[in-house]
Amino acid sequence: MLLELDNVTLHYGRIQALHGISLHVDEGEVVALIGANGAGKSTTMRAISGLRPVSGGRIRFAGADITNLRADLRTVRGICQSPEGRGIFPGMTVRENLDMGAYSRRDTAEIAKDLERVLTLFPRLRERIRQPGGTLSGGEQQMLAVGRALMSRPKLLLLDEPSMGLAPMLIQQIFSIITEINEQGTTVLVVEQNAQQALSRAHRAYVMETGHIVKEGPGRALLTDPAVKEAYLGVA
Amino acid sequence: MHFDDLVNGFPNLTTTGLTQGAIYALIALGYTLVYGVLRLINFAHSEVFMFGTFGAMWTWGWLGFGSTSGRPGLGTAIMLIALGLVVAAVVSGATAVVVELVAYRPLRRRNAPPLAFLITAIGASFVLMELMGAATGRIQFGMPPLLPSNPVINVGGWRITPLQLATFVVALVVMFALDTFVQKTRFGRGIRAVAQDANTAALMGVNKGKVIALVFLLGGLLAGVAAVFHNMKTGNTRFNVGFLIGLKAFAAAVLGGIGNLRGALVGGLLLGLVESYGSALFGSNWTNVIAFVVLVVLLMFRPTGLLGESLGRARA
Ligand SMILES: Nc1ncnc2c1ncn2[C@@H]1O[C@H](COP(=O)(O)OP(=O)(O)O)[C@@H](O)[C@H]1O
Ligand SMILES: [Mg+2]
Repeated sequence: MLLELDNVTLHYGRIQALHGISLHVDEGEVVALIGANGAGKSTTMRAISGLRPVSGGRIRFAGADITNLRADLRTVRGICQSPEGRGIFPGMTVRENLDMGAYSRRDTAEIAKDLERVLTLFPRLRERIRQPGGTLSGGEQQMLAVGRALMSRPKLLLLDEPSMGLAPMLIQQIFSIITEINEQGTTVLVVEQNAQQALSRAHRAYVMETGHIVKEGPGRALLTDPAVKEAYLGVA
Repeated sequence: MHFDDLVNGFPNLTTTGLTQGAIYALIALGYTLVYGVLRLINFAHSEVFMFGTFGAMWTWGWLGFGSTSGRPGLGTAIMLIALGLVVAAVVSGATAVVVELVAYRPLRRRNAPPLAFLITAIGASFVLMELMGAATGRIQFGMPPLLPSNPVINVGGWRITPLQLATFVVALVVMFALDTFVQKTRFGRGIRAVAQDANTAALMGVNKGKVIALVFLLGGLLAGVAAVFHNMKTGNTRFNVGFLIGLKAFAAAVLGGIGNLRGALVGGLLLGLVESYGSALFGSNWTNVIAFVVLVVLLMFRPTGLLGESLGRARA
């Protein structure tokens, strides 16, 4: 087990956003986390990456307890999150944003290889390499956010709504790239509103409602689950 | 109004203004760096500067160059200045980091509101000032002139003294080095990342605490450099020397656009010039009034200062 959440709770002030989340991600998997707006998907991601402290439960990563580890140290250990809203550094060029992804690495030669790999995955970024991140279109920013996360060469890649605000063709493209990244050896946990895409690409998936996990199973099985169909796939 | 003074003295008033402005700019960078990363006005920065003036003064005195010494030879003077710069930069840099670790970091750990930081900043300023006051008997200390006073340039009444030249050149070199550090190095990228989006910076593996300490250190180093040239210009220092000049440098930072490194340079030079011309025009008693009137008028038309904020904003 690469990542394991055991009964994790989290509060925003007095509001409880997570009510005992337990989930796990195995090495080599693509796992999807789906659910309606406000279900607590992004909050779960923040608990994993360390942006918000949890109020209870344990988080283990690669055999070690990281429940109280600082966010930047979790990145050093191999968790990299592409945050909700993309989090592009607006005043930095595309190149500098990608360099930020490799901030905690020192293996210069390998970083150069990864840069080449990311620019091959996203040719658009190569064309825009000197442009400030703030001037990219939404789709380009999303590619930059994913590419930047890859630059850390993570063991576990966390993607929070990578398809948000993208045209249907770009959504297809982003998911193909997720599959490709996974086949190259990166484990992925992806949060999605676009349940159709997420479930058909993921090995396994969890369904969240109001801070609880209410269902779990193989992606394709959930795709045909009547309750999931009705709630998240817009089919009666 | 003495228009003839302004017109006749214009070249020399410009030189004086730019020299004083370079000192303001060096100090202003400390305010702007900390503000860019923490959105905090570090009022204790004026005392960081003051500690630097004492560091250099004591170094010189310890080497036998006190207020009653004569002017040393040029070689000795350059050595004393270099040594003074190193000591003052270290003293000011260390003071700034201590302020961050002792005063601000505990507040951040407790998620204190912005007003708590502001009050702490003012409090830290008083504590440092009174500590130095108590240690030195609240008196003024003199220093010997170091550089020769005969001008290096003297064309038709326009004179530039060695001190003015040295102040301007060293300040520009130091500021260029800072700009290069922030724009081109890995640590510099870390500083800009925290300024632009602290949470995402953490996700990229940037240690925010380290970046903050680094920013205080850089601001302190520059204030130390400013302290040495201020010492040489005025020939003395005392425990409250930082108050007014700190306020002016803060104004310069706001004038140029607080959070913007190049803005601190522009704001500092502009403030120096305005003061210099203004004091010729209205008399030196009005220098401070003029400086702040210009600041207020400018902020009415450009609320984010001349160049706007950049460390944390869209354009670098
Ligand atoms: N910073 C915050 N402060 C207070 N409440 C928050 C904050 N972020 C999210 N919440 C609340 O936590 C719940 C879960 O939000 P979130 O994790 O963003 O949901 P999702 O990503 O599934 O749409 C929501 O009720 C939301 O209003
Ligand atoms: Mg969300």
